[in-house]
Amino acid sequence: MSHDLYREVILAHAQSPYNHGTLPDATCHSHQDNPTCGDEIDLYAEVRDGRIVEVRFESQGCAISTASASMMTEAIKGRTVEDAARLLASFRAFITAGDLLDPTLEELEALEGVRRLPARVKCAMLAWRALEEVIACGRGRA
Amino acid sequence: MRNVRADFPILNQTVHGRPLVYLDNAATSQKPQAVIDAQAAYYRTINANVHRGIHALSEAATHAYEEARRKVAAFIHAPQTEEVIFTRNTTEGINLVANAWGRKFLKAGDAVLLTVMEHHSNLVPWQILRDQIGIEVRYLPVHDDGTLDLSDLERRLDGVKLVSFVHASNVLGTINPVRQIADAAHAAGAVVLVDGAQALLHLPVDVQALGCDFYAFSGHKMCGPTGIGVLWGRLALLEAMNPFLGGGDMIVKVELERVTYAEPPAKFEAGTPPIAEAITLGAAVDYLNCVGMAEIAAYEHDLTAYALGKLREVEGLRLLGNAPERGAVFAFTLGNIHAHDLSTLLDERGIAIRAGHHCAQPLGKRFGVPASARASLAFYNQPAEVDALIDGLHHALEVFHVS
Repeated sequence: MSHDLYREVILAHAQSPYNHGTLPDATCHSHQDNPTCGDEIDLYAEVRDGRIVEVRFESQGCAISTASASMMTEAIKGRTVEDAARLLASFRAFITAGDLLDPTLEELEALEGVRRLPARVKCAMLAWRALEEVIACGRGRA
Repeated sequence: MRNVRADFPILNQTVHGRPLVYLDNAATSQKPQAVIDAQAAYYRTINANVHRGIHALSEAATHAYEEARRKVAAFIHAPQTEEVIFTRNTTEGINLVANAWGRKFLKAGDAVLLTVMEHHSNLVPWQILRDQIGIEVRYLPVHDDGTLDLSDLERRLDGVKLVSFVHASNVLGTINPVRQIADAAHAAGAVVLVDGAQALLHLPVDVQALGCDFYAFSGHKMCGPTGIGVLWGRLALLEAMNPFLGGGDMIVKVELERVTYAEPPAKFEAGTPPIAEAITLGAAVDYLNCVGMAEIAAYEHDLTAYALGKLREVEGLRLLGNAPERGAVFAFTLGNIHAHDLSTLLDERGIAIRAGHHCAQPLGKRFGVPASARASLAFYNQPAEVDALIDGLHHALEVFHVS
């Protein structure tokens, strides 16, 4: 059963996450806490002309939240803020309501096993809640 | 200790196809059949409101409610039954002291001394007072081994009006030297409040021997139901304090211009109390007395030693705290596997532990771990369940390719 949740792709992202670090040229930043466990994330994005040209994150969290952040940042890098908003809506519907995932987010299907663990949905959503704020910030700058 | 396993029906089940191994007792304890039956019996036979009805059921309910108070008082060796106040939980007991005692006897500039190992329930009420009336909040540091640093106690007590700390840590398992701290605090003129939430299930508690002035605990962490807690306080203090919540049952007389408050404990029990829960807590006390607190403490002493030995053999496992006086609470990290992932992997094997900050974020910061896993045992746990935990930890190491 564990391999259902802790698939290789998740372990790989968790152990060597993409886009990890800070971003000196960030125009938008969001800090999110998961109050139930003390996990936190800082998401930094450089938004130019409505496009997320660069994105980085720093986090203190479990394999699920780190892998989710790694895959999320890979998916949104280079996309427009509106594209990111669409992907956020798709991921949220996937993880909370079991909807089909936008094909762009194919890799995030690996988090499917989280859906049967309500306590872990918050872990998977942490980076995406940060993205929500970054989107609001990016729209403000458009 | 007699075999108690069969007393707890909930333990006889499978979770995800495996026998349940419940190691989250510091969060809440399980309930024996006698306690479950007591609550049902109350509702089946004598349910009525207390302290008011002039009818048989109300008298029976009142008698049972006050009998529960007497049982609790005897269980903690309170000098007087009226010193036992029923609350909702430990948190409410601490908030009661912070508000009813603190707002009357503390003023701006007065200091309250806590410790870094406190649960949020013994940190936040005092920080609220700091922000609202300007008291100073100080903290006793914690050594690497999980014991309190008492080296500078006298100096730290200078100007302190109240000292409040845990009897047994919900993270480190440390059992604090209550008497020593209480004596030093009294010598400095301070009042002493002890958070006993993690003690009642595991050790005989004697508030007179401990030498404290207030002692707060929760029913659900001692085989009782949720929704009921106890604050014990010295009668003279309870009499001198402000009331806490206002309403029915806590008054002698209400006029539009003035109120005459009832004497303790009624003074602090406004409104219809948790009657069924208090009576059921009385049944939990009966049950613990029947098993025997001394027997429970001795059994857990051996179980703690067994678990410590096994945990220390797991490669990459780091225990938080290593106090010589400790209970069967083990917070740890395993390699770089996050506590949440560990908890999910163990849950898949039917093993329930806690993962996270355990409502003691400053303590996690002190040890440099924002989250840890915590296995907490009780007298109904068995060595084989420790073995199951250890197997589960090895499994997690395999999944994460650590070994």
